[in-house]
Amino acid sequence: MNYFVIVDVTLRQGIADPEGATIERALPALGFSGVSNVKAGKSFRMSIDAASEEEALEKATALAERLLSNPVIEDAAARLGETVTP
Amino acid sequence: MNRVGIVVFPGSNCEYDAAAAMKALGVTVELVWHSTTDLSDFDGVILPGGFAHGDYLRPGALARFSPVMAAVQRFADEGGPVLGICNGFQVLTEAGLLPGALQKNIGLTFLCQPTTLVVTSNNSVLTSGATIGQELVIPINHFSGSYTCDDETLERLLDNGQVVLRYKDNPNGSLADIAGLANERGNVVGLMPHPERAMSTLLGSADGRVLLESFVAANVAA
Repeated sequence: MNYFVIVDVTLRQGIADPEGATIERALPALGFSGVSNVKAGKSFRMSIDAASEEEALEKATALAERLLSNPVIEDAAARLGETVTP
Repeated sequence: MNRVGIVVFPGSNCEYDAAAAMKALGVTVELVWHSTTDLSDFDGVILPGGFAHGDYLRPGALARFSPVMAAVQRFADEGGPVLGICNGFQVLTEAGLLPGALQKNIGLTFLCQPTTLVVTSNNSVLTSGATIGQELVIPINHFSGSYTCDDETLERLLDNGQVVLRYKDNPNGSLADIAGLANERGNVVGLMPHPERAMSTLLGSADGRVLLESFVAANVAA
């Protein structure tokens, strides 16, 4: 089977996020009020050949921890997506 | 030190500056492509500044998997002096040769300016010839130079004298003003400032000399 997997990489709790903070500060000037806790991160999408959903997620988690994220400052989470983007 | 290998990744751009600095100190230099798997011919290895593999994903994230990095690891394990400058420092942290990580500068600005550094430990191949408390004016040139690590690691780095250089006026938000640090053994050092660009008063500063002279004076089994 071919599974569509999304990996989200976010900064770990307590790690400074100047990008998120800058975006948050810019929002009031655009008329968006009441928005807080803005965090910047990365999202990766991929198709994975695997025998099961679990195996696809395991593979995605493994590659996310090895390459897509730096465990010193980032967390990675893999989830199944619904559509395959070519 | 007679022969220094300067590793060139696709996207490195300070290898000639580093080579010129080494030659000025009387050392034979060879530029080695990142596909090299053997560094045993060298007495020292430098990972220069630049944007290895385009800095895609994170600075150093892809360079870490270049074939040469296994050789750098081996060279370091055997006590060989290894110096990572700017992007080279980022590569060394990604590869786990130095602890912590380098994040985007706190002001999200690319910084290109002279900075004043303070020598805080001479327990490394880069600072062995410098005096603790000595101030050095050396330029920085980076976007991701904000050093970070967990509290436990920071405590260990400070206790062991592994924090070798600090910014006098922290320009990028680095934890504890850290500009450069060494591994426990002192033979692997990384720093964000560019000592190879501070080799001549005619070009602004010659304060990088004391650092690179220390590196050149280092023994293979530091």
